[in-house]
Amino acid sequence: MRRDTDHVRANLNCEPKPFTARIETGDLLRYAQAVGASEPWFSNEQAARASRYGTLIAAPTYLITMRVLLTQSLADAGYTRPLPNSVDGGSEWEYLEPIRPGDTITGTARIVDYIERETSLGPALFQVIDITFRNQFDQIVVRERDTWIFYP
Amino acid sequence: MNRDPLSPSEAVRWYEDVAVGDRLGPLTRETSRLQLAVYTAASRDISLIHLDPELARASGLPDVIVQGSLKAAFLASLATAFAGEYGTVRRLTVQYRGVDVPGTPVVAHGVVERLDPERGFVECRVWLESAAGDEATRGSASIELPRRPLTQAGDGARPNG
Repeated sequence: MRRDTDHVRANLNCEPKPFTARIETGDLLRYAQAVGASEPWFSNEQAARASRYGTLIAAPTYLITMRVLLTQSLADAGYTRPLPNSVDGGSEWEYLEPIRPGDTITGTARIVDYIERETSLGPALFQVIDITFRNQFDQIVVRERDTWIFYP
Repeated sequence: MNRDPLSPSEAVRWYEDVAVGDRLGPLTRETSRLQLAVYTAASRDISLIHLDPELARASGLPDVIVQGSLKAAFLASLATAFAGEYGTVRRLTVQYRGVDVPGTPVVAHGVVERLDPERGFVECRVWLESAAGDEATRGSASIELPRRPLTQAGDGARPNG
């Protein structure tokens, strides 16, 4: 897989617009239930009030729910898949502030690298993307780096 | 050593009580096809390789596969259970070195590898073990734990804040 193609260069230069979502109680609860995040501050609105957080907070990987907005933002910026198929290669998250119901979270993303590698799926291209999420107070709540593996 | 799990809402895990070699978990999670669909709806992360076996096979995969982000969420649960109410997961990294098909449970494990007394951080290696014994999902967790107050006399103490 070649990383020095016009296609890849265009993706590295694309500038997706920020994408925003309001955090809703029902969405937090549905996500916590789906992943089995059972601590009361993730999964029980009433019990969360008695916790040190005072409200529900988002389970650590909750911002995955904004991936669909990221995908749209990338498409709007002219991004195209470098190869037809893809699987998730991994992620890194840094957690700086809790996310609560009523928050407005804005993500800004940038594709930062492509790496050629052999994989069990054959020769592949690893796409690295950095995302910074801020709340309505302009505090960075989460920094995320995702790696997607594209293969023919 | 494998210490008794703490109930996060009722107990505090103090930084001073953790040692290198302490274990996180194990935490068993099911990976049924229904769960993949439920997770798709909750996460809004829609990809047919998690739902449509024919499309998954046409993509070179053995079957529908468990979402990577769902496996990350299992490891996050392992870390948050260890952190308890007064601890905070500060960093989580996950790598997926293979695919998992639904139908068999996965078990999340972790071990404390390093202590950072300056920041009160516990650095852990975490991984998911499949029914076949593979450990294709691996990562790390940095967990900030509260410090035991110097004046604490009993078990009922809670950190401030």
